[in-house]
Amino acid sequence: MTNRHETARQETATPDMPPPNAPAAIELRGISKAFGAVQANRDISIRVMPGTIHGIIGENGAGKSTLMSILYGFYKADSGEILIHGRETQIPDSQAAIRAGIGMVFQHFKLVQNFTVLENIILGAESGALLRPSKAKARTELARLAREYELDVNPDARIEDLSVGHQQRVEILKALYRQADILILDEPTGVLTPPEADHLFRILDHLRKQGKTVLLITHKLREIMEITDTVSVMRRGEMTATVQTAETTPEQLAELMVGRKVLLRVDKAPARPGRLVARIRDLRVTDEAGVERLKGIDLTLRAGEIVGIAGVAGNGQSELLEALGGFAKATGSITINDTPLDLGGQASAGRTRRAAGIAHVPEDRHRLGLILDFTAWENVALGYDDAPEYRRGPLMDNGAIIADTRGKMDRFDVRPPDPFLPARGFSGGNQQKIVLAREIERNPDLLLIGQPTRGVDIGAIEFIHKRIVELRDAGKAVLLVSVELDEIMSLSDRIAVMFDGRIMGERLPARTDERELGLLMAGVETEAAT
Amino acid sequence: MDYETLMQLLASTLRLGTPLLFACLAGLFSERAGIFDIGLEGKMLMAAMASGATAAITGSAWVGLSAGICAALVMALLHGLASITFRGNQLISGVALNFVASGATVLIAQALFQQGGRTPPLSGAARFGPIHLPWAAEIGAVPVIGPIYQQVLSGQSILVYAALACVPLSWWLLYATRFGLRLRAVGENPESVDTAGISVVRLRYMAVLVTGILCGLAGTYMATALQAGFGREMTAGRGYIALAALIFAKWRPWHALWATMLFGFLQALALRPDVIEGVAHVSIPVPALDALPYVLTVIVLAGFVGKAVGPRAGGQPYVKER
Repeated sequence: MTNRHETARQETATPDMPPPNAPAAIELRGISKAFGAVQANRDISIRVMPGTIHGIIGENGAGKSTLMSILYGFYKADSGEILIHGRETQIPDSQAAIRAGIGMVFQHFKLVQNFTVLENIILGAESGALLRPSKAKARTELARLAREYELDVNPDARIEDLSVGHQQRVEILKALYRQADILILDEPTGVLTPPEADHLFRILDHLRKQGKTVLLITHKLREIMEITDTVSVMRRGEMTATVQTAETTPEQLAELMVGRKVLLRVDKAPARPGRLVARIRDLRVTDEAGVERLKGIDLTLRAGEIVGIAGVAGNGQSELLEALGGFAKATGSITINDTPLDLGGQASAGRTRRAAGIAHVPEDRHRLGLILDFTAWENVALGYDDAPEYRRGPLMDNGAIIADTRGKMDRFDVRPPDPFLPARGFSGGNQQKIVLAREIERNPDLLLIGQPTRGVDIGAIEFIHKRIVELRDAGKAVLLVSVELDEIMSLSDRIAVMFDGRIMGERLPARTDERELGLLMAGVETEAAT
Repeated sequence: MDYETLMQLLASTLRLGTPLLFACLAGLFSERAGIFDIGLEGKMLMAAMASGATAAITGSAWVGLSAGICAALVMALLHGLASITFRGNQLISGVALNFVASGATVLIAQALFQQGGRTPPLSGAARFGPIHLPWAAEIGAVPVIGPIYQQVLSGQSILVYAALACVPLSWWLLYATRFGLRLRAVGENPESVDTAGISVVRLRYMAVLVTGILCGLAGTYMATALQAGFGREMTAGRGYIALAALIFAKWRPWHALWATMLFGFLQALALRPDVIEGVAHVSIPVPALDALPYVLTVIVLAGFVGKAVGPRAGGQPYVKER
């Protein structure tokens, strides 16, 4: 890693003080943009040198995406100038951005699902009115790009049949096929598994070596430290700092992002596991296509202990949560406080689970945790609408629910603290806090929590982690599922690694490391270092 | 049923299937671009009235055709304005335009000709008459195949051949050209088109205009070839049947041909109760036969013919994400 930074610096001199005859690949001067009363970008100036990877880091809502949208012609800046390779450039639309050599890989891919890779590549960059010559040309070019950048994708595969990692490669190929020499990636690893992310970083490294300029937008400090040459920090629409990556630390960056000191490691006392809360025996789940997704899970959960489930997404973690949460049909047995649960997956299962003392913060809060068009207070009542304190005779006591929501918002620092705002209007972190408040404050014996900090900004992550540890210290059992290995390592008192529907092994965080867990996640048996 | 009757039935199928085929392809272009168009019916009706009236006044079927296409284009533009520019609800816009067409056609025809909302009967050059294909008589002598050429394919109006030609043409446009690629993309994921630097609005308008032209052909065929003049509500739900055929065809041109011809065959059958009586030895009341294509429409729309997944962005106005 250090090696790479050194070579990069040699090639580009110091980005802060470039040689006078080398124009920056991108230079922004005093860019401002307001949406109504909200100042999304305020007087932003940066210089990005060619052949470097420049990170832009900031919390959700800091204005990173707005800035990139201006650069890609989606919005017009209210004031300021854009210079590409030293020339002032107007970017009124995406076409102009493409002409200026800018390619963008969005967080949510802009691919036509039922088109082939080749069709997606040529869309909008066809060489003539007929497709046949365009396709032939693209095919040759793709083969070249694949060789040069480790960007292998079958040109005839349909997008919907490709993994997320491969779809992302198609997006990068699209940009390169349009001769982009500046590539913007918006939160590129949010949807990737760790090996896919590693592969992406290798691709970015190849791009840098070929002299391309990469702008990497992310809120993950680790990625910034791993791959970028320089990093700019954004906070509340302003660019607060631009520093050499080699000369900074994650702690410093976090502080710049949030505006205060942030605890990156979770501070917790050793666990004192108590009585058995849940016993899972030979749990199996078969999906609609008849594929066995859980192949016999045995697991125990104790009071006062956080058990973390590590694994690459799609290895049965979701099915485990669904079976425990009561919305997947399963076989085997689960006992909670010595009472067996019904595993038939009935519609009433959620209610009986809650009655048995299980609370669930689902992985996909948009699909399962919230109704985005409902207000915060309505979402707080979801699933607990028949609770006696929320009712007045046969009617709902809206006043009581709203009052309770205000309290929850206060205790969980939900911003803005407005019970009448639809869930859609909150940031990811605040949405998660609403779900968390609803579930935790019911004082459950067992909390199921999936991807607690997915799409959540760093300040909220700290808060959420603290709440999970507090729950543990209050003598509750917590089952944590996360694809973020860091999160598993720092929160869990015991780690179970899942691979292909099975638990590969259990480890104690103090007696294992990322390498060993990574091997288990890849399905390689290792001896427990006991 | 003898071979002769079968030939008559098939010729009739082709004649009756043609407006459905035009309308179905019209719907195909619109829906493939992500614009639902329930207003095929209204566009056909407008075109039928405009072409019937113009042909009656000028005495030329060709002038009638251009008037028909123009009328349908105006309707298509209105639908485009409502659903693309103003991002309105496409179903409501389509239904509204159908109502407008239903009333306006009769009103205009009555104002022009005072014949109870009809246009005067057309004859001669004011109609698209049958065209006899070369060597029809010679080839007709060939057993089995010959009569199909002579009696089914030959002797149809030029618009029938135009409709048949539209099938491979549409296929080629959709799958072999840049326009087709972009059109299909904008119906599946307009964002992909937008980020590629292509105007979603322009593409969708172009699709809607193609729809207008094809509906114009369908309506003109109704008034100047299939019948001799415009009559109140003469399209009789064909726009809706075409939509059902479109779903049946899963939004593909060649399948649209087979689907519309199946509906055309049912309509042809309804005109020949004697054939059914001869084959099945039961007498089915004519109204029941008339209802057959509509019954099939309901069956298709209710999803009994298997799951049909339309263009993913169908029916959604495109709003740039913030």
